[in-house]
Amino acid sequence: MFQQARWDEPVIFKLGSKGRRGCSLPQVEAEVSKLANRVVDELPKAMKRKMPPNLPELSEVEVVRHFTRLSQMNYSVDLGFYPLGSCTMKYNPKIDDLLAGATGISELHPNQNESTVQGILEIMYTLSRWLAEITGTAEVSLQPSAGAHGELLGVLIMRACHKFNGDAEMRTELIVPDSAHGTNPASGTMAGFRIVVVPSNRNGCVDLKALKTAVSEHTAGLMLTNPNTLGIFEEDIAEIAETVHSVGGLLYYDGANLNAIMGKVRPGDMGFDIVHINIHKTFGTPHGGGGPGAGPIGVSRELAKFLPIPQIAYEEKRKRYFLDYDKPESIGKIRGFYGNVAVLLRAYAYILSLGAEGLEEAAEISVLNANYLVKKLREIRGFELPYAEKRPRKHECVFTAKPIFKERGVRAMDIAKRILDYGMHSPTTYFPLIVDEALMIEPTESAEKEELDRFVDVLKKVSSEAYSNPDLLKTAPYNTTVTRLDEAKASHPKTMALSWRMHQKRNVIKDASP
Amino acid sequence: MMQQIGIKSIDELYADVPKKFQLKKKLNLPKSMSEHEVREHVEALLRKNKSCRDMPSFLGAGCWLHHVPAAVDNIVQRTEFSTSYTPYQPEISQGMLQAMFEYQSMICELTAMDVANSSMYDWASALGEAVRMATRINNRTEVVVPKLIHPERYATLQTYVEPLKLQIKSVSYNPETGLLNLENLKHQISEKTAAVYIENPSYLGFVETQVEEIAEITHDKDALFIVGIDPTSLGVLKPPGEYDTDIVVGEGQPLGNHLNYGGPLLGLFACRDEMELIRQMPGRVIGMTTTMSGDKTGFCMALQTREQHIRRERATSNICTNEALCAVASAAYLALLGPQGLRELGEIIMMKTRYAMQELAKIKGVKAPLFKSSHFKEFTLNFGKTGKTVRTLNQTLLKRYGILGGKNISREFPELGQTALYCVTELHSKTDIDQLVQALRNVLGRKR
Repeated sequence: MFQQARWDEPVIFKLGSKGRRGCSLPQVEAEVSKLANRVVDELPKAMKRKMPPNLPELSEVEVVRHFTRLSQMNYSVDLGFYPLGSCTMKYNPKIDDLLAGATGISELHPNQNESTVQGILEIMYTLSRWLAEITGTAEVSLQPSAGAHGELLGVLIMRACHKFNGDAEMRTELIVPDSAHGTNPASGTMAGFRIVVVPSNRNGCVDLKALKTAVSEHTAGLMLTNPNTLGIFEEDIAEIAETVHSVGGLLYYDGANLNAIMGKVRPGDMGFDIVHINIHKTFGTPHGGGGPGAGPIGVSRELAKFLPIPQIAYEEKRKRYFLDYDKPESIGKIRGFYGNVAVLLRAYAYILSLGAEGLEEAAEISVLNANYLVKKLREIRGFELPYAEKRPRKHECVFTAKPIFKERGVRAMDIAKRILDYGMHSPTTYFPLIVDEALMIEPTESAEKEELDRFVDVLKKVSSEAYSNPDLLKTAPYNTTVTRLDEAKASHPKTMALSWRMHQKRNVIKDASP
Repeated sequence: MMQQIGIKSIDELYADVPKKFQLKKKLNLPKSMSEHEVREHVEALLRKNKSCRDMPSFLGAGCWLHHVPAAVDNIVQRTEFSTSYTPYQPEISQGMLQAMFEYQSMICELTAMDVANSSMYDWASALGEAVRMATRINNRTEVVVPKLIHPERYATLQTYVEPLKLQIKSVSYNPETGLLNLENLKHQISEKTAAVYIENPSYLGFVETQVEEIAEITHDKDALFIVGIDPTSLGVLKPPGEYDTDIVVGEGQPLGNHLNYGGPLLGLFACRDEMELIRQMPGRVIGMTTTMSGDKTGFCMALQTREQHIRRERATSNICTNEALCAVASAAYLALLGPQGLRELGEIIMMKTRYAMQELAKIKGVKAPLFKSSHFKEFTLNFGKTGKTVRTLNQTLLKRYGILGGKNISREFPELGQTALYCVTELHSKTDIDQLVQALRNVLGRKR
C-alpha cells in the first residue's frame, strides 16, 4: 500500500538557533568600507529599520533538509499519475530544464543591448512563429505570464478593437458557455464586460438557439474552449463563429484544451480571432506547484496592431532581431519586460524535440488515452458518463459519481480523497459546473496503458469500497502526509491564520508540530 | 487499446471535427530532433548571448543581479516541487503548501504586514491588482502615483485600470531631492482618490523619507496607501507596515531568482489583517489549519471563495497560475540569509552604491546622483555637461570596454536630460566599479 512521507517537519520559524546563518555574502573591500561604512547610519531616522525582521536563523544544511523533507511530502508528475482534468499534467522532459538553467539565459538582463541577446531573441521570435503556425493565427505575443493573464490580454484586445471601430460603448456583453472555465467570466469582468452565460444543450455543447438569442449589437465576443470542458468537440463551431461574427463580435479561444488538437485542427481556421496558449499545459513545461507558466496569445492579422509592446521582430536588411516598440495602437503593457522567458525557452526545446509529427502524435495519444478510460470507467458501478455518450471524447472526459452519492451518500470529493490513498493524484472535482458530482479526468499522452489500467483498477476498488463501506471514504485519505484537513477552518474569520505572525497573534489553530 | 474502444484508426476519434477544418497538411514546423541535437541547437543559440556573468553590468530597473545561493537552485530543482500542480488536494501536497505558507509568512515579517498572498506575476501586475482592489473597497475613481514611477509599471497600471475608467494622477517631485512634492500631493488628492501609491526605494534609487506624512495625507482622505518595495532593502529600510501602509506590492525576483531575461519575476502582495482588505485580496493564499480530527497541523488554500474557479465573474481577480516556484526560491533564500544576512546585504549594497556614486561624481561634467537623497542600489548618472548622449556612451562602453552601462532613461524622463539609471549590488566588486569609472574617463576624455 502507498504511504506518503510523514516528516513531522515544524514550521521553519521553529527551527534553527539565534545567530545562525546559511549563506555568506561577498566581502566589501577595505577602501569601499572605509569610505562608506557610515552610509546606513546616515539614513534619515524616519526610514531606518529599528527591529530586524523576525526571519528564521538556520544553517545551510538545516535549510536544505527542511525543504528536502517538504518536497518529499509533495506529490508530483515525476512521482506518478496525475489525471487532473483541464490541467494537462504531462511529463516534463528533463532536457528542457537543463537548457533553461544555462547562464546564456539565466543571467541575461532584459535591458541589455540587443546586440548581446540575439540568441534569446531568435528563440523567442521563432517560438512565436511556431505558435502562430500551431494555432493558425497571424501574430503571437509571448508576454502573458499565465493562461488567465493571456485571457485578460485577449479580452482587452477585444475591447481595444471595438474601441478602434468606435462601438466600444455599445459592445458591453461578453458571452461564455455555462461549462466555461472560471477564468473566462473573471477575465471578462476585469476587462469591463458584462457576462452573459449561454446554456449547454443535451450534447454538452453550446446551445445554438440560445446563442442566437444571446447575440446582439451589444455583443463584444464569445469565449469558448474547443474541445470543451467535457472533452467534447463543439461540432457546430462553424455556425457558432458565424453567429458571433454576424453581429460584429469576436471569437476567443481558451487554449486550456489545445493539447487535444495540435496538428489536427487549428483555432484560427475554425474562426477564432484571439487564442491563448497554456505553455505549461500543452508544451510540457513544469507547473512549479502553481507557476510560473506562460500564456502567449495569438491573434488574427486585423488584431495584431493591438498586441502589447514590445513585439519581438526581425529585420531582414540588417539580419537582426529586435524589440519593436513602434506600435501606436498597442494596448500597452500587461507586465514588466517581455514574458516568462525561462518557461518559453523550455517550450522551444519541447517543440524542437517533437516536431510537427510528434506534436500531432501527442494529441492523438492523449485522445486515445482519454477514450480508453471512457470505455473502461463506464463499466464501473456508480460512475456514469453524462452528455453525448456515443460521441468520442478528446483529451479528457468527465464522469459523474451521482449514483454513488445517491445510493451511499459518498461525494465526488470523498472518492477523490480515497484515490490519493492508492498513490495517485485524483481527477479534478466539481467541474465543469454542469455535471453533478463531477470527476474530470485528463490522462495526457504521457500515461502508458499499464498506468491507465492501474488507474482503472483503483477506481474499481474505490467504487466497491463506496458500496461496501461508505464511511471509509468519508474520512479518507489515510496514507497521505496528513489525513483529511479541515479546509473550512482555514477560511473562517475566527480561525484564519494566513501567516506565522497572524497565527501567533491569534493562536486559535493548535500547532501540533514539534 | 483501439480494439477495446472499438475503432480501427485514431482518426475516428476526430470524426466529429468538421471536414473543412481538419488540417490537410502537416504543420510547418521543424522535423523532430534527438535530445543531443536539441541540446546542440539550443546551446549554440544561447552562446550568441553575452550574459551579465560575461561582463560587468550596471543594469537594474526592476530586475536585479544578485547572488543566488546554490542551495536555492538545488531546492527549486527538486522535481517533487517543480512538477506538481496547484495544491488542490492538500493532503497529498503538504510540502508545497507549507513552503508557500512559509514564503507568505517571511514576506509578512520582512514588510511588517500581516497577510501576504502566495504570489502575483510581477511587481507591475501586482500594482495593477492592488489599485483595482482599492477601488473595490472604496468605490472611488482616481489613483495618485508619483511622477518618478517606473514607466513600465505605470503602463501596466494604465492597462489594468483602463476598463474601470479610473483616472491616474501624477504627483510632482522636489527637483533637489526627488522626494514627493507634498503640496502637490495635497492638491491632487481628493474624496475621489481610491489610493495613493509610492515606490520605496523609488524607481531612481532614492529613498522616500516623508512616508509618515504621505500616509497621513492619504488616510485623511480615507484613501488606501499602497507602497511598492524592493525587498532587498528591508534589512536596512523601515518596513512599510511600520508607516501605516495598507497594501504592499513589490518585486521578489532579487530574493533568490535569476534574471532570466526579465521573466519569470515574482510579484509580492501583502496587506493588513483587516477582513475588508483580506476579502478583496487577489490571488491564492495559503492558510494553516488542522486535520478534521484536530490532532495534526496542516496547510491548505484559504479563502478560495474570492477566486475565479468558485466566484467566476464576481471573483476578485482572474489570476490562478502564479509564480509559486519562484516564491519557494524566495522562502529558501530568506531562510538562508536570516535577519543578519538581510541586514548585511542591505549594508553592502548601500556601501558599494555610495562608493560608485562618489567615484563617478569625480568625473568632470558627470553628476551622480541627480538628487540629494539617500540611495539604495540604484542612482541616476547625468551626463548633461559632457555633451555626450547616454546612448552613444553606452555603445562605446559595451564595444570598447565590455561593460553594460546603466539603463538609458533620457526618453522616459526628458526633464532629467541625458541620464542613465545605474545599479550596484553586492556582486559588484571595487574593481568592477573602478573599471567603469576609468572607462568613462577615457571615453569622456577626462584625466584623473
